[in-house]
Amino acid sequence: MRPFQFSRAPSLSEASHQTAGDNTLAIAGGTNLLDLMKLQVETPSQLVDINRLGFADIEDTDDGGLRLGALATNTETAVHARVRADYPVLSRAILAGATQQLRNKATNGGNLCQRTRCFYFTNIDQPCNKRDPGSGCGAIDGIAKLHAILGTSDQCIATYPGDMAVALSALGATVQISGGKGERSVPVRDFHLLPGDTPWIENVLEPGEIITGIVLPAPVGGTQIYRKVRERSSYAFALVSVAAIIELTDGKFSRADLAFGGLAHKPWHDPRVGECLLGQPPSAELFEKAADILLKDAHGFGENDFKIPLTRRTLHAVLAQATEDAA
Amino acid sequence: MTVHFKQDEPDNSNRLDRMKQGVLGKPLPRIEGLAKVTGTAPYAAEYPVENCAEGVLVTATITRGEVASIDRTSVLSMPGVIAVVDDEKMCTRAAQGTANEAPMQGPRQVCYWGQPIALVVAETFEQARDAAKHLKVEYREEQGAPLDPNAVEPEEQEDETVHQGDLAHAMAEAAHSVDVSYTTKGHASAAMEPHAAIAQWDGGKLTVHASLQMLNYNITELADALDMEEENIRLVSRFVGGGFGSKLGISEEVVAAALAAKQVGRPVRVVQSRQQVFQTVMRRSETTQRLRLAADANGKLTGFGHEALVSNLPGEDFAEPVLQSSHFMYGGENRELMLKVARIHRMTAGSVRAPGEAVGMPALEGAMDVLAEKVGIDPVELRLRNIPERDPEEGLPFSSHKLADCLKQGAEAFGWDNGPRQPRQRREGEWWIGTGMASAARVHNISETRARVTLKADGTALVETDMTDIGTGTYTILAQITGEMLGLGPKKVLVELGDTRHPRGPGSGGSWGAASIGSAVYIACKAIREELAAKVGTSEEKLDLREGKTAGGDALTDLLGGNDLAREGHYEPGDIEDDYTASGFGAFFAEVRVNHYTGETRVERMLGAFGFGRVLNAKTARSQCLGGITWSIGVALTEALEFDPRDGHLVNCDLAEYHVPVHRDVPDLDVVLVEERDGAASPIQAKGIGELGMCGGAAAIANAIYNACGARLYDYPMTPDRVLAAMPE
Repeated sequence: MRPFQFSRAPSLSEASHQTAGDNTLAIAGGTNLLDLMKLQVETPSQLVDINRLGFADIEDTDDGGLRLGALATNTETAVHARVRADYPVLSRAILAGATQQLRNKATNGGNLCQRTRCFYFTNIDQPCNKRDPGSGCGAIDGIAKLHAILGTSDQCIATYPGDMAVALSALGATVQISGGKGERSVPVRDFHLLPGDTPWIENVLEPGEIITGIVLPAPVGGTQIYRKVRERSSYAFALVSVAAIIELTDGKFSRADLAFGGLAHKPWHDPRVGECLLGQPPSAELFEKAADILLKDAHGFGENDFKIPLTRRTLHAVLAQATEDAA
Repeated sequence: MTVHFKQDEPDNSNRLDRMKQGVLGKPLPRIEGLAKVTGTAPYAAEYPVENCAEGVLVTATITRGEVASIDRTSVLSMPGVIAVVDDEKMCTRAAQGTANEAPMQGPRQVCYWGQPIALVVAETFEQARDAAKHLKVEYREEQGAPLDPNAVEPEEQEDETVHQGDLAHAMAEAAHSVDVSYTTKGHASAAMEPHAAIAQWDGGKLTVHASLQMLNYNITELADALDMEEENIRLVSRFVGGGFGSKLGISEEVVAAALAAKQVGRPVRVVQSRQQVFQTVMRRSETTQRLRLAADANGKLTGFGHEALVSNLPGEDFAEPVLQSSHFMYGGENRELMLKVARIHRMTAGSVRAPGEAVGMPALEGAMDVLAEKVGIDPVELRLRNIPERDPEEGLPFSSHKLADCLKQGAEAFGWDNGPRQPRQRREGEWWIGTGMASAARVHNISETRARVTLKADGTALVETDMTDIGTGTYTILAQITGEMLGLGPKKVLVELGDTRHPRGPGSGGSWGAASIGSAVYIACKAIREELAAKVGTSEEKLDLREGKTAGGDALTDLLGGNDLAREGHYEPGDIEDDYTASGFGAFFAEVRVNHYTGETRVERMLGAFGFGRVLNAKTARSQCLGGITWSIGVALTEALEFDPRDGHLVNCDLAEYHVPVHRDVPDLDVVLVEERDGAASPIQAKGIGELGMCGGAAAIANAIYNACGARLYDYPMTPDRVLAAMPE
């Protein structure tokens, strides 16, 4: 770990001012950042502790939605009565991630900002365009079992590792951001970016911008499923995950909000997948059609080719389960 | 006074069964358990040492070549940095188990990516780690180091080769035959406590606190590495946070700490990072195995073939002993066994929990399941029909053989259905459910060993040996053996381990610890009993001791008359090692569910029945079995080291990405301890336990996967991608 300055921001504006500085990072739970600092994957010269800025509450919004404070912990969020009752896909997604100890410490804002677990990103003696622009991608011809099959570039095939954001994407949540230019809201679906030629830019946050909250729209009900396929039954990142909010009316899909984890550099949301289901009665053929749309442009890198059939089958299973439960 | 006993004959006297204290075998909790769970048991890096500097290893970023230069000035001006050590005596690999000599030295020659090449010493750990990452190193790299074990011409391990009869002919003539190939991926020991050492010099005397399994060998290895006399070295390893083979020999940090402490003139602590432990200590080799089984119409084996390819670095003697139990497990007069080693430039391959059987038995027992299906008989019955009368290669008698009892008692306890078996018979929602079984075997090892027992004038006892307790229960079982022999409650027995000032024990490894050191303690206690018997005018055989008194009511304290009574027991296995084939045996039964859509496999319940001789403590024995079964879940489903195909570095080098089973992967486990006394195994009729519990269990899971969903897999671990690829539509 390199020496770094540590300050505790007394106010949001001060935090914003401080984190606008060069090589400065905000720290909340630190469950990902501190590990990366020990490995010198992250080498900030200054950390700004934002833990005492407030915005740790979970509160109702005027339109019947729910606002999750960025500094509320993952555990507090997952067990919150309204989250469990109205947004069960979110509660399940959070509980599918990490471990109890990590969730107790990790915050909602930090969760959105977690970095990829690509083996080449976390090893500073290996090439990685994300960590060291221009050094190359170690994963493309290396060990890439966990890597992306959608939205990749020749610069980076890393995945976004989180679960919570996948559920937020299905729910159509919004990220509230505060910074030098004032406040702004960004849909979760637009918050994370694909790698393109700038894989080191992972989300829309500008220097000095801090996530203050996540707003969930008014609950939509439906059958809510978070299915995470992984190599062991806890404390493993998703090979593929599916967040689904499904509703049937008169035996036909009237809602199908779907988002996918483990497939791309961001939680994957392709509106065409849900749209193809709407108005149709559930059937194996229809599920296959949805998978065809989802995976039309998917391609693997050898080791992760299996994710294509796995995603197809997992989507099928989720839709079958959801329509069974809904019927 | 030392009492030497060389065992040439089986000892079936079962003396311990006739002792009166009644403490041996009881499920006592670990003596040191409270200290461990309350954080007061000091592990290697935790000893308070004044003025201790911190060292961090620098590791190579090339696969093969030479360190051309190290630019010390690149770090010496950094805050807190004291020195850069690249002494020629530094070790570049860990010593293999029982090596008894220094491992490979000379840090300038690089043989694998991640190899230690230097040590940076600083005032704080953080400073040392930062400087280690900044140290400028120039290499002369040699391209083209072989990395793929299947792409090089392997060396045959000739002492493993067996050609007996004509297997090809037997296969051709067989009513039923199986010819299948299996692969297993590499494994990491994955002990919780990282490898660590604190070295202190006092003139020419060196003390090292380290995390080690076998101090009696380790002191020799360290003395050799440093070119010192053993009497000038003291090694201390009182508590070890898991070894699993990775601490059998000294590893790089022990020698580096000693050299650095000498160079900087103050104590130095070196703790390997988690990533370094994964990348520099030991891997279990991946394996490719071919199994050939020829059987008559009744399933009786007429031919048995097991060939394996493993890998290691050039210059390493160790070859994963895949065939170890295959030599005697089942009959079949026509036999072909062969082990080959590919020399490649991945990190050192060495002992990782149950070397050999941990990966050999899952392949053999998978093939046996295929054979049972072909013959059309119950897989338990197939095994029962093939238990050999004598060792099928050596012709030796077995010291004791409980496989049949384990199969029968295990099947009964599990509720095994011995009716016709068809895959894909049971489905609940998305999940296919099935059962499978496998045999277990792990060779019995025993080692020469010494221990001192002192019956103190105050009526308590002290046991001293450099033996270690790596979490297995050694402290507790030695207190129980001593208490049983001397008629003392276990709280009256103080056990001191893990210090080379004490008599040399066998070390913990190869599951030989308990039987070996237990025998030395037994011999010492027996000698003390002889003295006591003489004092009360009876024979040792007739002396009954209980709660500090003889049967006649004489208190031990009175008999001792204010004096301590000490004896050193020296046990040496003699002809028993050559005259018998000795092994622990067992049987695993598993019920699994396999998700039709995702290929995820979850173990629902698992049972192991094991015969390993006398049970010294029913609780710690059971715990070891549970741990072994847990590891077999890892072998079956989750554990796999992944190496970069271009530079051979280990990529998944932490506990988040190297998947050992987590609690949710470990369901309802049960253990049946099968009653056994093996007098040819040791004078206390005990054999090894620790590793047996994982030797074959993975096949029970694999066979259950097939029974559940019809996917017959030949590659471990059986991760969702592989299960899906084999899943019938």
